[in-house]
Amino acid sequence: MNTTELERDFQNKIDNEIRIEPKDWMPDNYRQTLIRQISQHAHSEIVGMLPEGNWITRAPSLRRKVALLAKVQDEAGHGLYLYSATETLGIERDETIEDLNSGKAKYSSIFNYPTLTWADIGAIGWLVDGAAIMNQVPLCRCSYGPYARAMVRVCKEESFHQRQGYEIMLTLCRGSEAQKNMAQDALNRWWWPALMMFGPSDSDSPHTAQSMKWKIKRFTNDELRQKFVDITSPQADFLGISIPDDNLKWNEDEGHYDFGEPAWEEFYDVIRGNGPCNAERLNARKKAYNEGSWVREAALAYAKKKSNSENLVQVA
Amino acid sequence: MSTKEALFDYVIRQADNCLILGQRLGEWCGHGPVLEQDIAMTNIALDLIGQSRSLYQYAADVEGKGKTEDDLAYLRDVWQFKNLLLVEQPNQDFAYTIARQFYFDNFNFLFYQALTESADEQLKAIAQKSLKEVRYHVKWSSDWILRLGDGTDESHERINRAITDLWSYTGEFFNNNEVDNAMIDAKIGTDLTGLKPKWEQKIGSILEEATLEVPAGEWMQSGGKEGKHSEHLGYILADLQFLQRAYPGAKW
Repeated sequence: MNTTELERDFQNKIDNEIRIEPKDWMPDNYRQTLIRQISQHAHSEIVGMLPEGNWITRAPSLRRKVALLAKVQDEAGHGLYLYSATETLGIERDETIEDLNSGKAKYSSIFNYPTLTWADIGAIGWLVDGAAIMNQVPLCRCSYGPYARAMVRVCKEESFHQRQGYEIMLTLCRGSEAQKNMAQDALNRWWWPALMMFGPSDSDSPHTAQSMKWKIKRFTNDELRQKFVDITSPQADFLGISIPDDNLKWNEDEGHYDFGEPAWEEFYDVIRGNGPCNAERLNARKKAYNEGSWVREAALAYAKKKSNSENLVQVA
Repeated sequence: MSTKEALFDYVIRQADNCLILGQRLGEWCGHGPVLEQDIAMTNIALDLIGQSRSLYQYAADVEGKGKTEDDLAYLRDVWQFKNLLLVEQPNQDFAYTIARQFYFDNFNFLFYQALTESADEQLKAIAQKSLKEVRYHVKWSSDWILRLGDGTDESHERINRAITDLWSYTGEFFNNNEVDNAMIDAKIGTDLTGLKPKWEQKIGSILEEATLEVPAGEWMQSGGKEGKHSEHLGYILADLQFLQRAYPGAKW
């Protein structure tokens, strides 16, 4: 078959909802798009461990400490599945991680914001994991098999995290005045960055059309953002705290909430590396990786020695 | 000291060991040398903090003053903590973390194993459950002693320095104090001096296989079990207890 026929075949499969598997033929751009997206996703899980990990030693009760540790550990697990999914596309984990450390690869900008109080752990679960789920549930039907399957596991755990985060917020909002203020402050700081997690408006989103045609993406950024606002607004009302958007109001005719425009300048600034914690996050990852190199080398050297001595025994 | 007071102190000591070491391991979360080991350290932290919760809940029952696990973990000060000095020592690097874990896990295993014979049903049950987890911890830290000791020159040097530096914190594992004696008499606790030869044998054989030598130092630090700690513990508690102290009485 020539390339045109292969491409037609490939698109036919996609149109008929047949999953693409690692050994199937795929257009180079499809492979590159997936490598970019899945590795960014993996990096987001790993970098995302840092802002929440920041509160593990300070969690306010043993129950919360255990839940937070388990949650951050889940994120490490998600990183592992996703790095494995990237490997099915022919790129090794080390190479992917080096792209993160060199600044070549991106990760979700949300993790470039700091966690200042305990309420941030609640707000991240509620809003950031909430937004992530909205982005990720459609990915369980993504055309690329290994990514779709990884996402099924990821989404189950994310929805648990989301409920856990909301429950932290609820406890704060039903607590003392000071706790409620802490919750409001966290909502003020996380709301707009959470809305930006869906990416730029459809008109400014360079990859959307092609990704939708390939069924890597199923909904546009704006559709998902609207859905997020529709679901989250009543949840904020139930908590009794206010979303920091004067334009937010229910639109009876549309059956949706109207809401204000995020400050896209800030979004692009953070992507360019100017967010409050970009340098810190990347340095923390580089430090862990560089300071871990002697450990990885030792494990490798030991494994080699052991397999050599086993071979010797077999020869003898 | 009544048997009840001794039992409270005995249970609290083990709860504090588990909590403080779990807290230290939690500091690694997100910063491990490789993703799989980041996950492994978090697993052990989760096990240890889980054990501390069972023990604090039991200690609160024994004390009978209506306290919760969090009251005991979050509202005592340094001198009231009875953990071993070893577990509060800083993570430093992966080698120190492994050396600390290796010494403690092997002790912890023998200690829980002895408590599975305890006349105290609750303590016996906690020990039985914990022993399954600690068996895995022993395997994990022993495997890493082997890899680091018999890995590269650098790893050998690093782990050698770590096991040597932390050696002086292992002596107090095996000192019976007034509380231990009361617990031995009541057949609740175990004679710690009796665990020492088994511990020495176990760690000796692993260190030998790892091409390392058992450190020769004879001077041993002690005091943890009496609430006399290193300066590190104050900072651990400052982090651990911050919210409970800053917002007294709040529910989280």
